[in-house]
Amino acid sequence: MFKRLSKPRGETGEAVSLKVDGKPIRARAGDTVAGAMLAAGVDRFRTTPVTESPRAPYCLMGVCFDCLVTIDGVGSRQACLVPVREGMAVETQIGKREAGR
Amino acid sequence: MNASELQSSYELVVVGGGPAGLAAATLAAKAGVQTVLFDENPGVGGQIYRGITNTPVADRAILGEDYWAGAVLASEAEASGATIVNGATVWSLDPNRLVGVSIAGQARMVKTQRVIVATGSMERPFPIPGWTLPGVMTAGAAQTVLKAQGLVPTGRTIMAGCGPLLWLLAAQLLRAGAKIEAILDTAPRINWLKAAMHLPGFLLSPYWSKGLALLREVKAKAPVIAAHRVEAHGKDKLSEVVFATGAGERRMKADLLLLHHGVVPNVNLAMAAGVAHRWNSRQLCFEPVVDADFATSLRGIAVAGDGAGIAGGTAAAERGRIAAIAAVQALRPAASVMDVQTVRQSLAREEMGRAFLDALYQPAPSFRRPTGDTIACRCEEVTARQVRDTADLGCEGPNQMKAFLRCGMGPCQGRLCGLTVTELIAEQRRSTPDEVGYYRLRPPVKPITLAELASLPKTEAERKAVER
Amino acid sequence: MAGNEYDVAVVGGGLVGAATSWGLAREGLRVALLDEGDRDVRASRGNFALVWVQSKGLGLAAYAGWTIRSSDAWGGFSDLLKQETGLDVCFQRPGGFHLALSETELEARANVLKRLHDQPGIVEYKTEILDHGQVAKMLPDIGPEVVGASYCPLDGHVNSLRLFRTLHTAINARGVTYLPSHRVENITKEGGEFRLHTEKGEVRAGKVALAAGNANMRLAPMVGLEAPMRPERGQIVVTERLRPFLDYPVVTLRQTDEGTVMIGDSKEESTDPRGLTIGVSSTEAERAVRQFPLLANVNVVRTWSAIRVMTQDGFPIYDESETHPGAFVLCCHSGVTLCANHALTVAPMIARGALDKSLVAPFSARRFHVQAPQ
Repeated sequence: MFKRLSKPRGETGEAVSLKVDGKPIRARAGDTVAGAMLAAGVDRFRTTPVTESPRAPYCLMGVCFDCLVTIDGVGSRQACLVPVREGMAVETQIGKREAGR
Repeated sequence: MNASELQSSYELVVVGGGPAGLAAATLAAKAGVQTVLFDENPGVGGQIYRGITNTPVADRAILGEDYWAGAVLASEAEASGATIVNGATVWSLDPNRLVGVSIAGQARMVKTQRVIVATGSMERPFPIPGWTLPGVMTAGAAQTVLKAQGLVPTGRTIMAGCGPLLWLLAAQLLRAGAKIEAILDTAPRINWLKAAMHLPGFLLSPYWSKGLALLREVKAKAPVIAAHRVEAHGKDKLSEVVFATGAGERRMKADLLLLHHGVVPNVNLAMAAGVAHRWNSRQLCFEPVVDADFATSLRGIAVAGDGAGIAGGTAAAERGRIAAIAAVQALRPAASVMDVQTVRQSLAREEMGRAFLDALYQPAPSFRRPTGDTIACRCEEVTARQVRDTADLGCEGPNQMKAFLRCGMGPCQGRLCGLTVTELIAEQRRSTPDEVGYYRLRPPVKPITLAELASLPKTEAERKAVER
Repeated sequence: MAGNEYDVAVVGGGLVGAATSWGLAREGLRVALLDEGDRDVRASRGNFALVWVQSKGLGLAAYAGWTIRSSDAWGGFSDLLKQETGLDVCFQRPGGFHLALSETELEARANVLKRLHDQPGIVEYKTEILDHGQVAKMLPDIGPEVVGASYCPLDGHVNSLRLFRTLHTAINARGVTYLPSHRVENITKEGGEFRLHTEKGEVRAGKVALAAGNANMRLAPMVGLEAPMRPERGQIVVTERLRPFLDYPVVTLRQTDEGTVMIGDSKEESTDPRGLTIGVSSTEAERAVRQFPLLANVNVVRTWSAIRVMTQDGFPIYDESETHPGAFVLCCHSGVTLCANHALTVAPMIARGALDKSLVAPFSARRFHVQAPQ
């Protein structure tokens, strides 16, 4: 759905590496998790806890809660508000969250 | 900064780091008021100046000079002496100005004498068939990733809706090299008649020449099609956009559909605090009742910026300044501040073209009051038909509706369904949105963990109320 | 009584009023249900949804029997509702727990149950005190601080908001006239019929049943009845939807069929339903995390406060008027637990025009005038 602009400003490039569902992706320092996932071509972030229908970010400004993912073992984090960190493990969230993670 | 480093009280808490919040914090801090600004995003700027301190977009022409003006606000705030905390989510505000804030998974309660709520706006719900499919986003979302992360849509992109932001984003995306298959213009033709009476004010406003240039720029590069119905189709993600034009139904393959029907105040924090709100029939949304200084019905709590009714980014900064001047005058009567009349005049200029835009871009009823299986509440997956049927059962308002159908009970806490549900009930019960009212909101207005809630201070009486 | 618009006017559109209206409509009566507006105080939107037996009846033995009667009737009642509306209120009776976080709490618990069951005339039913190990067999996720619990196999729970909706759906299907925004200002009796004066005009009926919660205190004297109430505020914390992890309801914590976890049971004197005390929510959250540590990182998505309907001694009031024959009052805290009784037992009594003393005499408000023996 998205690609990076070809000539970014004063850039170090995609210097951060993280994993999404076990697959390595690269991100730019300063990316949010949602931005990095969109740039990497992830088109499903979660399925809903009600009917398990697929969802991806809708608002990217913290109000819609459709970008909820599990980050480093903690479920239901808003991917659009969390900055990427080296070594982060992101999982798409299927249905209801499991208590305890 | 983490939560434990915060002071237990501040003279002024500003919530939100967009233009209103930045301008308010700057003015107050410079006047010697001990000020903290909480913003939940990784950097300041709000939505309009998103990523202003670290955007990777190098070519200034892409985002335009209006965007770069935000850099001044951000650097002034940085130098003002205000404590600016990003990644800080304010989840509670009460009438006694006790602020609940959460930073990196740690919650704190902070006392303050004055609050300026500058939580800005969010895009109006756009409940059409298929709007929950991956690949359907708000126009603002595409703009956010462009500004903050330098991401540009690839594949087949369609935009739909109406409003100044739609045209601005289209221009920005085109300048950034994106291809737009079509822009589906949903502004009802009849709006021109309603808008005409406000034309003189608009002609004097800064929007006029900028707006025309933008329209010309976009129309030269992307096909604009008038549409009065838009649907997103696809199984697990968007594959096709179906729309109705004067010449009949059309279908276009699509990978990304960007929706926009203007912005509305993000009212959750102010409403949960108990600030009185009313229906704005021109902008079709609830807004706080404020006076000329943006003071609300609650002592010491002001709402500035678009959160007080939509007027745009530059007006938001002026509103922030006016609210801050009132705060300074209350807290530091001897401090010298800029003349409030000058600010009011600038604000009046900024607000001049608004009525015209509001009338011109008022979304058609069919886009605000869906029917059938179209989802009204995205979180709890409640359909328009369920809301309408339940209204027919005698359910008069959104709170009983919430109890019956769970609409508004999910994590977004009604932000994406509140206006839709109110308008649906009003239509079904032949009432008005003002009479129907809105969800009764409570803290936390943003989710916090049980452990965070558990960590907060408690009095002996509060313990006794639970332990038996 | 020709000329009446309705055979019965029920005042109060909450669980008690809706269940009573449904029961009356089943008896073939023409029923009007008068309710207040969307923003008015409404205990039925704020309750905890337990169908609860253990600890009911200390101080009034008959209340234990009345509660068990409803608990036993609940399964059949929910089946009836499902047949009529297609909606499942998810009634379950797996047994329920009251967890103790210290030896002192557990002793207090045991003491309450002993005094309850030692009362003369109390109906026999099973409750037991379990230690940590016994509790952990049924609730594997309890934390180390849980020292034990009381357990009663008759306890259960229901989806109370769906129950609320289901009752309204059912009364609509049975032709009950639902009149929202009809706050009753005054009730008079003229020419053998009751006239209920509301903000939206007058409603006339042959009988009147007051089921208006704490507002019964204001309304009951208009028809020669009394309802001494003692409202108190409770707060509840609710989490996001989780996968099922808890098979039994705990008196302060339950997982709904939708997956959310409700945490609550605070008591404050305040009667302001808009206010919310964060310190109270915080205490509830702290105890919940000590009871079930795996909940620590779970997100709270909502909190609310609601005003409990509570009579002055905490026990229900069912009465009929001597001065205004045909007027009845129903007050109780446990609108969910007693819902089956209201629909299947009390409503038919009202339809017949007289309360069955063998069942409800102990719940007359006259008890407030009897000097308790010292």
